[in-house]
Amino acid sequence: MTQSASGMFRTGIRKFASAPLSAQLGTIVIAIYVLTALFAPVLAPYGEAEIVGSQFQTWSSSFWLGTDNLGRDMFTRLIYGARNTIGIAILTTCLSFSIGIAAGLAAATLGKWLDQALSRLVDVLMAIPQLIFALLLLSMFGTSIPSLIAVIAFLDSTRVFRLTRALSINVAVTDYVEAARLRGEGLLWIMKNEILPNIIPVLIAEFGLRFCFVFLLISGLSFLGLGIQPPTADWGSMVRDSAALITYGDVTPLLPAGAIVMLTVAVNLVVDWFLHTASGLKED
Amino acid sequence: MASIPKIIAQRIVLGLLTLWVVSLVIFAGIQFLPGDVATEVLGQSATPESIAALRESLGLDLPFHVRYFSWLMDVLRGDFGTSLATGRDIGELVRPRLLNTLFLALMTAIIAVPLALVGGILAALYRNTLFDRIINTITLASVSVPEFFTAYVLILIFAVNAGILPSLADVDASTDILGRITAIILPALTLTLGVLAHMMRMTRTSIINLLGNQYIETARLKGMPEWRVLVQHALPNAWAPVVTVIVLNLAYLITGVVVVEVVFVYPGLGQLIVDSVQKRDIPVVQACSLIFASVYIILNLTADVLSIVMNPRLMHPK
Repeated sequence: MTQSASGMFRTGIRKFASAPLSAQLGTIVIAIYVLTALFAPVLAPYGEAEIVGSQFQTWSSSFWLGTDNLGRDMFTRLIYGARNTIGIAILTTCLSFSIGIAAGLAAATLGKWLDQALSRLVDVLMAIPQLIFALLLLSMFGTSIPSLIAVIAFLDSTRVFRLTRALSINVAVTDYVEAARLRGEGLLWIMKNEILPNIIPVLIAEFGLRFCFVFLLISGLSFLGLGIQPPTADWGSMVRDSAALITYGDVTPLLPAGAIVMLTVAVNLVVDWFLHTASGLKED
Repeated sequence: MASIPKIIAQRIVLGLLTLWVVSLVIFAGIQFLPGDVATEVLGQSATPESIAALRESLGLDLPFHVRYFSWLMDVLRGDFGTSLATGRDIGELVRPRLLNTLFLALMTAIIAVPLALVGGILAALYRNTLFDRIINTITLASVSVPEFFTAYVLILIFAVNAGILPSLADVDASTDILGRITAIILPALTLTLGVLAHMMRMTRTSIINLLGNQYIETARLKGMPEWRVLVQHALPNAWAPVVTVIVLNLAYLITGVVVVEVVFVYPGLGQLIVDSVQKRDIPVVQACSLIFASVYIILNLTADVLSIVMNPRLMHPK
């Protein structure tokens, strides 16, 4: 990292300008979500769980998107939802990648029985549909936010493990890794300095995709009432709580659902572009 | 090269082995419970005696392997034990719901599979046109859309605004077959939209991948119309990947079914597992997970076997 911060910023701007329209759109949408999440308390007109009106009020100047089943402001909850839903999904994805990358690197470099043991374990874990497994584990550990994060991260890390292992095995047999081994470098040093830098672009793209999966899974669980629990504002459970309005032709329940869709589409667009540029079509 | 029956036999044995290990994992779940099921179920009012009695009735005082094998034997006979929440026989609870879920999955397959094949062939025929690009975009969108979003949009359009279809699919034993079909049109449509685009896209890719081959060139040079080249010459060789993708997507439906059943209040296995997780009715969750996992493994195995059987190269060993 020899670039200065302003230099990196300028490179970023140039990259952004040269990106296709879809990726630019995706980046802007993600930026808006991140800013909303960061500045939620400033942007929201009311408190996160504050009951400000009666139940299911319609859209008005004081409640832009009406109120929910307990009389809380929908617009406020939508904004706080960005913070909670995205925050928890990112935390989960990070945890999943930490576990997956560590295990994948260990399996690829240490090999032998550790590789066999981890790979077979992952085979079995992946033989059960993810949502069903999540439901099974949540019924055992209860539906608190820490157990939600741990369960989803654990299940998702199997995918990260497979990818990291497959990528690292290819790198681990190269001459420069062999050279490092002969130089007497430690295994940790080799993992960190020789293998990881070579597989990181693919892992970054995968991070985007896994984030989408985790985000949709958590939203799905919250929608089922088994994910993020009230009074924490969260998009999945907001859809669930206000779903009754649909039968009266009110589109309000679709807004939090739409917020989920827009973010996942945006991330997918950016990942598409990233994969395209990372697949050997580099300009610089 | 090993003969086809041998390869298939190997896959089936591997599948059964996976199934067995999965049953072990699902059963072992109970072991790692923080706290104790008995305390959990009886709640605050539990006395040491009632906890001990419940533990004994659940067999929690026996060693692990004894409990596992007696559980496995019971399950193989179709006896899943009794529900902690209602005290009812789980087999009785599960059976009608399993049929409902299978019915919904079958309906979805009937709608989705022909549509995906025709759409995929059309996309291959009109590749790189607007039609193709639209399918491409929908594919991207469909992996980004949670089932409940699709479901509520469909409810809004067809049930609330147009008023032609029911928004709930709460069928019961007295509902006749016509009523059942009407009730599950929207749930089936929701599930279809979730898997259709991906199936179409893979059909398209499998066909297009073959178009560079010389026998395709020959067929074209004979003056055959493009659609016949695709259907008669490319498609037979594309079947293996296409069928695999279709079966894998049907396996993916398992996840979709859970959410969709809850949205439409459809009394299937998905709704049962969600309710039971909320009540922490572990035996029922175990039974449902085992059924879902078995179906998933069997579908994956089917995809595996079909792709071997349908590969023209493997069918005529040299």
